[in-house]
Amino acid sequence: MTNTNTTKRTSAVLEGGFWFFVMLVPMLLGYLALTLVLGLAGIGLGLLLLPPTAAYLRWLADLRRKKVHAWRGIEIPRPYRAEPEFGPGFKGYWGKIQFHGTDPAFWRDAAWTMTDPVVGALLAVLPIALVAEGLYGFVISALWSTLVGHGFNDWFGFVHVHHGNEGMRWAPAALGVLEIALGFAIAPKMLEWHARWSRVLLAPTPAQVEARMKHLTQTRADAVDTQAAELRRIERDLHDGAQARLVAMGMHLNAASQLLERDPEAAQKLLTEARDSSAKALSELRDLVRGIHPPVLADRGLVDAVRATALDSPLDVQVHAEVTGRLDAPLESAAYFAVSEALTNVAKHAHAVHVWIDMRVADGLLKITVSDDGIGGADLDRGSGLRGIERRLATFDGILALSSPQGGPTVVTMELPCVSSSPKTSSSSGTA
Amino acid sequence: MRVVLAEDLFLLRDGMIRLLEAYGFEIAAAVGDGPALVEALVTERPDVAVVDVRMPPTFTDEGLRAVLEARQVVPGLPVLVLSQYVEQLYAGELLADGAGAIGYLLKDRVFDSDSFVDAVKRVAAGGTVMDPEVISKLLARGVRKEPLGALTDREREVLSLMAEGRSNAAIAERLVITERAIAKHTSNIFMKLGLPESGDDNRRVLAVLAYLKA
Repeated sequence: MTNTNTTKRTSAVLEGGFWFFVMLVPMLLGYLALTLVLGLAGIGLGLLLLPPTAAYLRWLADLRRKKVHAWRGIEIPRPYRAEPEFGPGFKGYWGKIQFHGTDPAFWRDAAWTMTDPVVGALLAVLPIALVAEGLYGFVISALWSTLVGHGFNDWFGFVHVHHGNEGMRWAPAALGVLEIALGFAIAPKMLEWHARWSRVLLAPTPAQVEARMKHLTQTRADAVDTQAAELRRIERDLHDGAQARLVAMGMHLNAASQLLERDPEAAQKLLTEARDSSAKALSELRDLVRGIHPPVLADRGLVDAVRATALDSPLDVQVHAEVTGRLDAPLESAAYFAVSEALTNVAKHAHAVHVWIDMRVADGLLKITVSDDGIGGADLDRGSGLRGIERRLATFDGILALSSPQGGPTVVTMELPCVSSSPKTSSSSGTA
Repeated sequence: MRVVLAEDLFLLRDGMIRLLEAYGFEIAAAVGDGPALVEALVTERPDVAVVDVRMPPTFTDEGLRAVLEARQVVPGLPVLVLSQYVEQLYAGELLADGAGAIGYLLKDRVFDSDSFVDAVKRVAAGGTVMDPEVISKLLARGVRKEPLGALTDREREVLSLMAEGRSNAAIAERLVITERAIAKHTSNIFMKLGLPESGDDNRRVLAVLAYLKA
């Protein structure tokens, strides 16, 4: 019990040392970079430095978040906005500057970088400073005569260290013991405060949390609505389709059994009709299941399911994929239906001949682009199914971007955060 | 004729054993999962295998993968694959080795026992039998895609029947034209699809494959 307590206190003191000695220089570098950005903003040069500075500050903040979680067990969520894709050249870079400049999280990172070398360092340094000074007290006691009279003329706390005060030689060591004890005593509390201080500026603000909750509530409502509509459609299809055919089949069989002796020929005809009904019911059930969860998706996952859809498409669809392993089933399903809906859209509206589908997983993002050589002019605000895809993706925090100038080409980009699971590989490319 | 049967549903397996035995087949082995199927195909070397796609342990495309694996060990092993669904993607994979002796049918075709047994026999004889559902999708697509667009309506009709695994004689009977005319159509089809005349029996397989890849 005492043992763990001691270890905890010792590591807290060392932790304080880490924050002060190891982090001080990187923090000051961040401070310097930020000063340059703000100082040179007037002549525009500062703006150019903004994206790398933002990235550096983010790295610093992430390091703090990670360590605080590992050492103090306090989770600090990241408040950053999802980064869109930036184009090449200066225009893309300007977009990047705007993106970071308008992200409140960047300015909070900046405020943290400005204040942490004072506030954070004070909190972190106090325990280790007490311990260090305590040790210094021992040194003075041990080397009293060497120190005195060699330009060393000082006080150690209330002890005046000089000739003729040898009687007080033990005092610095005694005081040192007290200081070390105090340092160890307050270390956990101080580091706790240090962690809390870190959270003040590095965690999302209540407004951000609220916005996030609003988003989640909205997408959940959308997901529930979509699900309910889907269930209604399935129920209706079953009721009007397979169920009706099975009833008809039963009636035909019933009538046939009654006619069997009187009119075998008519009975034969009814039996044939019953068989046709069963075949139709089967085929309708098949289509229904395809609409709920396509067999290839269940068997092979996203990539092959998309390739199978590409094969069925009347258009010339080329699929290129760099996706290793299977993704989470609900995510695969969402991505698959998003792609097939996009493909249906192209077939219906775009007047295109060629379609290119590119899927890749990188940095925890599943990125899918569907491009066509059609007439363009697709518009998110004019319905056309794209909003539906967007809602479908939003449930998974995914986003959809559309570029479709009049005259084409149309490029639909979809991004979904993901983690790939099982090692089963299905990376391939092919022509359909 | 010795058959290996793979189907995990007991009732259906039992039914198919009865059906095939009634038509004079000998059941060499009847298995219910993928690994057992590969084993049975490689050791028994049957004259033909009838295989369900979805089986334990994964209940995905186990049967299909078992067939592809076994055919790497025993090239050209005749297999008729049955599935609840027919997918062009899977049809393409089955035909990809170009060896023929492959069938890919919807499971419900079993109900029509005569034509089902006929399909089994055609596959055993090295023929290729594709489900009409695959063929109709291919041809619907073919209208818009090269080189399928180059075919005349009649040639498309012939190819459709050819892909279902019928012989020239059977196609001639169905379309009510002479066998000679069919031979002419097929050679036109091969030419338009760019399949060289090499005395290879499996140009029919290649023709269907060319469509799948088109």
